[in-house]
This record gives sequence, structure tokens and C-alpha cells, in this order.
Amino acid sequence: MKPEKLRYDLKIIASWIEPESKVLGLGCGEGDLLYWLKKEKNVQERGIEIEESKVVKCIEKGISVLQGDINEEMEDYPDNAFDYAICSQTLQQVYEPSNLIHSMMRIAKMGVVSFPNFGHINVRMHLAFTGRAPVTRQLPYSWHDTPNIRVLSLNDFQKFSNQVGFKILKKAAINTTRTQHHGKMVTFLPNLFATYGIFLIGKE
Amino acid sequence: MSEYIEQNQTGGSVGIVAKQFFTFAEPPDLLNLESKSSIGPVIIAYETCGTLNPEKSNVILVLHALSGDSHVAGYYDPKDTKPGWWDIMVGPGKGIDTDKYFVICSNIIGSCAGSTGPSSINPETDKEYGTLFPHITVGDMVETQKALIDHLKIKSILSLIGGSVGGMQVLEWCVRYPDMVKSAIPLATTTKHSALAIAFNEVARQAIMADPNWNQGHYYSGKKPDMGLAIARMIGHITYLSDESMRLKFGRKLQNRSALSFEFGAEFQVESYLQHQGNKFIERFDANSFLYITKAADYFDLAGQYGSGSLVNAFSKCKSKFLVVSYTSDWLYPTYQSKEMVKAMKKSNMDVSFCEIDAQWGHDAFLLPNDRLDNLIRGFLRSASNET
Repeated sequence: MKPEKLRYDLKIIASWIEPESKVLGLGCGEGDLLYWLKKEKNVQERGIEIEESKVVKCIEKGISVLQGDINEEMEDYPDNAFDYAICSQTLQQVYEPSNLIHSMMRIAKMGVVSFPNFGHINVRMHLAFTGRAPVTRQLPYSWHDTPNIRVLSLNDFQKFSNQVGFKILKKAAINTTRTQHHGKMVTFLPNLFATYGIFLIGKE
Repeated sequence: MSEYIEQNQTGGSVGIVAKQFFTFAEPPDLLNLESKSSIGPVIIAYETCGTLNPEKSNVILVLHALSGDSHVAGYYDPKDTKPGWWDIMVGPGKGIDTDKYFVICSNIIGSCAGSTGPSSINPETDKEYGTLFPHITVGDMVETQKALIDHLKIKSILSLIGGSVGGMQVLEWCVRYPDMVKSAIPLATTTKHSALAIAFNEVARQAIMADPNWNQGHYYSGKKPDMGLAIARMIGHITYLSDESMRLKFGRKLQNRSALSFEFGAEFQVESYLQHQGNKFIERFDANSFLYITKAADYFDLAGQYGSGSLVNAFSKCKSKFLVVSYTSDWLYPTYQSKEMVKAMKKSNMDVSFCEIDAQWGHDAFLLPNDRLDNLIRGFLRSASNET
């Protein structure tokens, strides 16, 4: 896979990762990001993914991956086993987000968290004008079948960092195109105009 | 562990293969065994497929399970009706691609398919060993395989692959010879038998030893304990299947009849299936070998032997990259046992991948055609060979 094939949000995450580092992908899917990091930045990669078919895809790519639940699997790693723990677009599906962040901060020196921004204008408009639970390109599910049980905005995450006790080291508010391979940074009113937020977090 | 199950013949074949023999530990240089006894000479039957590259860096050692043999793939003769026991996995373009890799498979010590075992002639008595054969362990099996690998002047193994008791040998290899093994794939296996697994083995052994023909293991000149061995195999087959697979395969279907006939013959299909498996088995397997190998499997305890009870310690010297695979319906070596192994490997900071394949066919699933396993093994071997 060529670097330009990587999804735009993953490209940003990838740009933050130091070469030769140890990286854990939480809910790593088919392993696109880990594969890219392994090839281009020579990282030592590990992934955790619950779906068997995706695990097989990772292993076919040569990615080291464990099939299992991310909370359960993280428990076995020693403290600071990784340089980075990446939780890309999974936070909104986690039952106990603060436990997840705590675990990430225990086993890795830094964490990367990304999620769809529930403060985006389309979400607000959808609710305001239809009076129904928002369904957007980034959050495409109906209220009754969504895996996204923790909808949050960029501002919510900032506030969460104070409550849970981690530092935001870097952040990127982005807006992606339909294919998600391209996008741009949002600097003007990011909580209103960014579709996704990406945060590099560290220990306090 | 049923081996030689009916299989699809898809993909290429390695063609004609020949069984070869390696003899070592000639007296007085006997092979010392973990049971504190020694034995020699030792013959190990083995087969190879594919071509060894000039760097000798493409070696894959396949370790067979309880009742397997060295005939992993291909045919001995064009007229053979069945290929080797893992022909679905080993061959040109298959999961273990013999166009790329040099595959070695040897028959374990204690078995009866060409390697030294209880049915071999004891040079001290000029008769079959019978139960004078010393007790063997999974570690002893690995020692004989190591002797073979040394004899073939191979210094490094790209990957070790084995299921069930073969998977135990994979683990033992990685712990004993961490510098020789680049990668390893233990399939449907465990680091130690549960009480349940020992219990089934013990009932199977008792069935053999209760057969009057067993004669304390010295039956080679007379009638063999066929009934005992057949029952042992039937018990084994129950553990290789699963509740689900038996329900789907047999349910309560009747065999060649439309109503119950109120007799002690095989009325239900599952009875007929088990009897058929038992009868097939006695044609190719030795009852004493069954006793010795099941004991070796029961003795296997990686944490106990190498880690003072801790699996993390046991794996601490391992350097191989691992792919651990379990099956959802395997109740002989259930997934939790593979997960314990994986957990210890993670704590030892090892490079390990784990996949639980959703399959209804119980423990035997690893021998059945499954694209997912092919892809897993193919991808894992590709990444293991790139890194060497």
C-alpha cells in the first residue's frame, strides 16, 4: 500500500509518530495505519482487534495482532511497554472511556485519540431542524443501531482531559472529503467546522 | 488429531515423495531421555517437500499430532488414493507454499510409522520393545527432531508449525532452542493438559490395557488388542468433535434403517461413525504407541518444566515471532488455554499474534479445509521470511 492511499486522518496520526518507535493500535481494524507505520517508519507494531475477519487481514499484511477486547488485552502489558497507544475512531464506542485512557497512559508514553466531532455544524443542524437524532456522514447510524454510544465534541474532549488527568500535547481538527483520503485542517471555529478531532496526549 | 480425514484435493500437489530414515544414537552413544532411561539406536522417519535454498533460510518444520506420521503431503505412488495428512495446506501455492519453502516432517519417537517406538525391535532382546520401551516426553520428541535437523546441516528454522500434540512440540522447540527458531505457529494446542484432557486419555488407555490381547504390552507375536485400540480411538474422536459438529453431522439420525431395531448394533449414525473410525485406526496404528504418546502429552507442562510454574518465565528466553490459533468449538484445548499462552507471551514482551477461528468442527478443525487458516499461515510466513 502506498502512503497516499492512507486515509487523511490516519496520515495525520502517522505524521506524529516517531520512526523506530513501539506502537500499539487499539481496535486497529484491517491494520492500514500499522502497516504504513511499519513500512515507512519502521515502527514495532502491535494491534488489538476483536473481529476475526479483520484480524486475518492484519496477519495477511504481516502485522502482529491479537484478537480480543481492547480493555482486556491492554491489561497484560507491562507499564510503558509502548511509545504510543493509538485509539483511532474507537473512543466513541467504548463503554468506559476514562478507564481506556488510563490504561493507554499506563502502557504507553503517549496516546493518540481520534473521534468524529459531535459538535460539527451538520450535527447541530440535523438536530435543530429535523428534531431527530443526528445522522451524518461521520456518524451514519440511527439511534437504535449505532455502535457510537459516547458522542462527544472537540470541546468535550478538552474538558475531559482536565477531569481524567492527561495532557493534550498536539491536536488537529480536520475536515475530510467523501472518500476520506483527502482533507484539510480546520483552524476557524474547529468545534463547529471540523468533522474529526485528533489528539496526541501525554501523562500529566 | 484424527488425521487422514477425507479431504478436498484442491490446488497443486507436491507430487511423489519418499520416506527417508535417519539413524543415530548407536550404542554406546545412546539417546538420554527425560524419563532418565536411554535408548539407541534411534531411527527417525522423515519426508521433505520443496527445495532447500542455498542460504538454508526457508526451512519449515511441520510437527504432527498424536496419530500422524511423516507423510505430510504428496503421494508415495501415483496409484495412492490418498495424499499425505496435510496435503490441503502443504503444496505449490498452498498455505505452506512448497515453491517457496522447504518443508520437513518427521515421525515422532514412540510412534509406529517408521520411527523407533514400542513396536520396533529391541536390540537387547531381538524382540519388539512392547512396554519395555522407555517412557518418552514431548521434550524427547524435540530432541530427536533437533538431531535430524543437525544431521541435515540446518542451523535455523524459518517456522515451526503444528497442531494439537504437534503444537506442544512447537512450544517445546521454541523454549529449548530459542536461537534456532525464527517463527512459530502453535495451532489448537495447549501448554498443559487439563484434567479433562488427561481423563479422556486415561479412559482410552484403560480400554487398551483392559483388552485381554494386550498382554502387558507384549502382543506382537499374537493377536493384537484391536478392540481396546478401537475404543480408545472412538473416545479420542468424541473429543476431536464438538457438541455442535456432532449435532449437525449426526443428530439422532439412524444408520441404514428407518426405525429403531432394539439391538446393540450401531443403530445411530454417530455409533456407526465412531466404530468406523476405530476400525480404520487399528489398521494403521499400534496400541502401545497410543499409550506412550498419550502419556507424553499428559506429562507436557511448559510452565512446570521451564518456568517453576510460571508461563511468563518459561517463555522468557523465547525469541520467535508467534502466531497462536485456536478454534471456537475446540473443547479439548479450548480458547482460554491459548489465551493464557498469549498472555504470558505478551508479558514476556514477545511478538505474538492471536486469532480465534470461528469453526464448528471442534478440535479437528485445524485439519479441515479453511481458507482463513490458509491465509493466516501464508501471510504470517511471508512476514516471517521478510524479516530473516
